Amino acid sequence: MTTVAREPHSILQANQLEKLIEAVSRQGYEILGPTVRDGAIVYDRLESASGLPAGWTDQQQPGRYRLQRRDDQALFGYTVGPQSWKKYLHPATVQLWSAERQDSTFRILNNETLPKHPYAFLGVRACELAAIAIQDRVLLEDKYRDPIYEERRSRAFVIAVQCTQAAPTCFCASIGTGPKAQTGFDLALTELAGPGGHRFVVQTGSKRGAELLAELQTTPATDADWHEAEATVDRVAGQQVRSIDTADIKDLLYQNFEHPRWDNVAERCLSCANCTMVCPTCFCTTVEDVTDITGDHAERWRRWDSCYTQSFSYIHGGSVRASSKACYRQWMTHKLASWIDQFGTSGCVGCGRCITWCPVGIDITEEIRAIREGNNHGNP
Amino acid sequence: MTTTTTNPMVSQPYLVREVVKETYNTFTLTLEPENGANGTLFQPGQFSMLWVFGVGELPISISGPPSQHDKLVYTVRSVGRATHALVSQDAGCSVGVRGPFGVGWPAEKAKGRDVIVVAGGIGLAPLRPLIYEILSSRDAYGRLVILYGARSPRDLLYRKELTAWARHRDTQVLVTVDYGGLAWRGHVGVVTTLFKYARLQPSRSTAMVCGPEIMMRFVARELEGHGLARKDIYLSMERNMKCAVGFCGHCQYGPHFICKDGPILPYEQLRPLLEKYEL
Amino acid sequence: METLERIIADHPFFAGLNPEFVALMVGCASNVVFKAGTYILKEGDPANTFYLIRAGKVAVEVVAPQHKPIIVSTLEVGELLGWSWLMPPFQWKFHARAVSDVRAIALDGKCLRTKCEENHDLGYEVLKRFAQIIEERLEATRLQLLDVYAVTR
Repeated sequence: MTTVAREPHSILQANQLEKLIEAVSRQGYEILGPTVRDGAIVYDRLESASGLPAGWTDQQQPGRYRLQRRDDQALFGYTVGPQSWKKYLHPATVQLWSAERQDSTFRILNNETLPKHPYAFLGVRACELAAIAIQDRVLLEDKYRDPIYEERRSRAFVIAVQCTQAAPTCFCASIGTGPKAQTGFDLALTELAGPGGHRFVVQTGSKRGAELLAELQTTPATDADWHEAEATVDRVAGQQVRSIDTADIKDLLYQNFEHPRWDNVAERCLSCANCTMVCPTCFCTTVEDVTDITGDHAERWRRWDSCYTQSFSYIHGGSVRASSKACYRQWMTHKLASWIDQFGTSGCVGCGRCITWCPVGIDITEEIRAIREGNNHGNP
Repeated sequence: MTTTTTNPMVSQPYLVREVVKETYNTFTLTLEPENGANGTLFQPGQFSMLWVFGVGELPISISGPPSQHDKLVYTVRSVGRATHALVSQDAGCSVGVRGPFGVGWPAEKAKGRDVIVVAGGIGLAPLRPLIYEILSSRDAYGRLVILYGARSPRDLLYRKELTAWARHRDTQVLVTVDYGGLAWRGHVGVVTTLFKYARLQPSRSTAMVCGPEIMMRFVARELEGHGLARKDIYLSMERNMKCAVGFCGHCQYGPHFICKDGPILPYEQLRPLLEKYEL
Repeated sequence: METLERIIADHPFFAGLNPEFVALMVGCASNVVFKAGTYILKEGDPANTFYLIRAGKVAVEVVAPQHKPIIVSTLEVGELLGWSWLMPPFQWKFHARAVSDVRAIALDGKCLRTKCEENHDLGYEVLKRFAQIIEERLEATRLQLLDVYAVTR
């Protein structure tokens, strides 16, 4: 392959997407991608391209999400739904092991639940790629490795889809995680519907991505194709109306622990934990030990947990963070500030899900702006 | 099974060798790996996750001699369902052990210096391995001052050992209780009141503190007031723990994961956090 | 053998005070001894003397009906026992019992408070010193109240 000023891209016709899905399936992957269900675009098994949300888009505002019909048949014409790929990589419930009593002792059976097939993700946004990279850092690259995440992550085939529109709740551009997916994928698709017809500009991001692409009928992308793709994605950044100023954000939050804005948020926050459930980087879990009625069989399970619950910080007869105020402050400070000390980057990817799915529409970008405006600089 | 698993989330069965009653609600368990498996090395200050089949799992500091790696010793105060189940185990029963986890006491950094050990209540248990370590390499350290406070005389741990420790060269052991009763002939008052009787050389001292958080906060302030630098004072922090490997997120204290960045942390880092309400 | 004068003059409590006055205090001081188990002062009694402990241990106690006496604090060498002589109603609020044999210097509190009334500069210096002792004891007492070692569920 000759190196050129820009990487060689290919064109895959929209009606050929089915072939892509089949090719991926033939390699033994379980294909997961967006589909319409229960009034939202969620991630689920895709049997074929017909499962994709053709002609659907989403309308997102703080505390509001609705699906809406588009006037075209774009397959990926939405932004992001309530779910993220952590649904598969960092599953909500998973058994860690089970144990059987044996006289006075017990035997551990290392029977962790393994997925039957490796996963292929179709439709990964730039913000989601950033979120996966962030979770890689947390779960694979720190003091310990999480074997459950590792098992699912190491074999995952990632097909990114470039964003062609931003929702009002998106702010990935200001965070620096999008809107363009640059790395971390096997293939990246940009959906075009211009004069060239409904087609995808395909970029390879790995050897196995290139190998898969080679199995499909593609034509080389022309300069015009490439320019149209670039222009489409470039436009998306300009569409974003929200942003976070990340300059010195760590010190800003560390120094404003007693900022009156926290009381203000506390009056609105319900501690419902939605934000932690929809956030693609939130990783907190809890461990539950259960037994059956005989008491001879025990299981250890891991479940998603949230820092908004009372039990999360419970020690010695009380929760350390008992108020809504303390919980919201913990979540936001962790996400935007402590994460940097812990893992070297922000924990936020600017996807805006927490804004959309907060039942009272708390907007993290607005909250941080208010804190910046009344910055105490660490003075009491 | 004799092999040790690399998965830190899996418990290993350990045999309960002995359960000794320390006080009316506190017991010391001695555990041995089952089936001839290798014991574990640990640093003073580290903890294990102990699991009672069918009941639950708890973080408990290791409180035995670090040199004895075929046995793991834990002093447990029975305060609830899980701790009660743990201390009710008979010799011959099995308990699941994960670990050891965490950053221990900085004994290396304290070499050549005086060591001030300040313990409150059950806090003496995680400090005991450090005391063993220092006494077994006595010449590597300067003066050893042990200040220990408990609620009342019947709550005092390791009374015979405290007397024995005081007999070592250049070692001072002072004990106090909050509530004395009539038979108690020792000090009465909170542990900070012991400082005036301690023979300290603050500029060459390293302090290791473990006890209820309020007590540690006042003790640290007292130590600083006596001239110790914040970087030479270490506290053992505690928060809700589930996984002990930095994944569940529960034990976070500011940016620190108590399970892997702690539980022992320097006062220098803790000072700005300790006074924050609901951190 | 140390003289009373030297002991009093060297004690931190008296440091920085007018030497004339210190001499006066020495004039009103005496060595006292209490056998183990005896009461140095009792709740309700008039408070006119305070003590500088030279040896032994003293327990400050509260007595209540149906209760054995509760020790709220112990004092040892170098510590001052008693401040109720400083303010009305000049009555002891607690018992103080010698836990072991105790040697102390008894100082004339009545004399000292009369002098403080006459000379407010002296009064301020004396109160400043006692305020510090009271503050330390109060902080320790509050910590005791918190019952930090108690088991909470």
